[in-house]
Amino acid sequence: MSAPTLEIRNLTKTFPIRTAFGGKAGAVTAVDDVSLRVAAGAVYGLAGESGSGKSTIARMVMGLTRPDSGDILIDGQSIIGVKSHAHRGRVQMVFQNPGASLNPRRTVGQSIRVALDAHGKPAARVGDLLDMVQLPRHFADRYPHELSGGQKQRVAIARALAVEPRLLVLDEPTSALDVSVQAKVIELLEDLGRDLGLTYLFISHDLSLMRNFTAEVGVLYRGRIVETGPTARVFADPQHDYTRLLLASVPVISDEEAALRPDIPLINGELPTAEELLALRQAERKSE
Amino acid sequence: MSLLSVEDIHVSFTTYGRTTEVLKGVSLSVPAAQQVALVGESGSGKSVTMKSIMGLLPQAARITQGRILFDGDDLLTMRERDRLKLRGTAMSMVFQDPMSSLNPVWTVADQLSTILKYADRRLGRARDRRGRMARVHEVLAQVRMREPERVAASYPVQLSGGMRQRVLIAMALLSEPRLLIADEPGTALDVTTQAQILKLLKDLVTERQLALLMITHNLGVVRETCAYTYVMHKGAIVEEGRTAAIFAEPQQDYTRALIAAVPRLTGRDAA
Repeated sequence: MSAPTLEIRNLTKTFPIRTAFGGKAGAVTAVDDVSLRVAAGAVYGLAGESGSGKSTIARMVMGLTRPDSGDILIDGQSIIGVKSHAHRGRVQMVFQNPGASLNPRRTVGQSIRVALDAHGKPAARVGDLLDMVQLPRHFADRYPHELSGGQKQRVAIARALAVEPRLLVLDEPTSALDVSVQAKVIELLEDLGRDLGLTYLFISHDLSLMRNFTAEVGVLYRGRIVETGPTARVFADPQHDYTRLLLASVPVISDEEAALRPDIPLINGELPTAEELLALRQAERKSE
Repeated sequence: MSLLSVEDIHVSFTTYGRTTEVLKGVSLSVPAAQQVALVGESGSGKSVTMKSIMGLLPQAARITQGRILFDGDDLLTMRERDRLKLRGTAMSMVFQDPMSSLNPVWTVADQLSTILKYADRRLGRARDRRGRMARVHEVLAQVRMREPERVAASYPVQLSGGMRQRVLIAMALLSEPRLLIADEPGTALDVTTQAQILKLLKDLVTERQLALLMITHNLGVVRETCAYTYVMHKGAIVEEGRTAAIFAEPQQDYTRALIAAVPRLTGRDAA
């Protein structure tokens, strides 16, 4: 069996908490013993809320943050200590806010050419890349401010594809977009994934999108994967209370979806926070 | 009769000598104690509609036609003094972004009691400092803050996003409004916190018999909170009706496409 495109083994990262004078006051474990495998051509989703560690995992996969312990392997080769240039030829990232991730003073063509030059690819590929993301070729001469949000995100995708990566890390790639634009960008990502054999690590808090775009999902809570499995199964039959709370919180637009949401006990007439719900469950288990 | 009724308003923006009409005859109404949604994507004109109602349009904008009636009185022709008496009192806003809507160097109590002081003054009500503090603690309890006194004494940075959003709701409730206008409440928050905020809003409007105009791009939020919906696109209302009916059987192409674009929790096959 061939190695998975992305494998994460027991990844851990803690950040120091510092006092106002720079002294160490403690540590917060942002990522706590996370392991996952993504097969070539598969789409794996990391679902979690703020503080869950999903962006820290993304940064470590990108080689932007060094893990404290654990290993990250791309096609079976560890990336720890590998030169970042070689690494970036294999892994690229699409960020959440295309308005901020594109240089406003570069035209679309220049932005894409930077990536091509850095990896020794011919500059003439700009036109092909724009074709791939279904933008007209003359967009190469436009500046980001002349583009809509969806068009900017397509440019960001074209730039990421310029180096012909194996793995794309998608960090909330559509959360800044209108829903109709989001649908088109997701469709594009699906087409590209199929045509180019790309592997995706998709990071999002949007569970409905997760359900539609990913085959497998890991639910992150405070740095730990509390539940993982095929997305359809996890959503239909969530085992962990945090997954249940997340699913119960999603605003949906049909009765069928509403029926899928688990019932969550109210605490003093209010929806509990994750901490409250987990504490309640623990207390229940103790009293049994 | 409706508590709020917007009748055929047209709004134009003039920039660099060029005039563009951004609202092309928008009509909608919010009956007393009812919850109504105005839903649209960016650029649809939903925020301009909201700003027209609240009288918060920028200088470049002009309402060229139409009426906005609150309780039968036209907001657009009444004296500014009279309008001020309504704004922030009988009709008030719940803003979207808790970080930029709160003053970082004032405590929650200072901000809320100052707002209350001016509201009292406009309405010719007398309330001393202690009375105002009592009211501030009362509204913080109404938005289900467990320790209203502690929250009141806090600065915004000391509160979580969800708590800040609750403070903004408390702010809107201060002078016992009859109409709440909520602009994308909870969209900046995590999904579990957003669910709590939406439930709170729903509970509050039912308990206190408030009318709610919910302005949002999120169709899920609409279904959770409002029985009646207006769909806006390119400066006009393209469809209106009971929320359940619109979501089940949209009549217009735009609404159909919008609903079809929403990813479903049940997955693709079921949609």
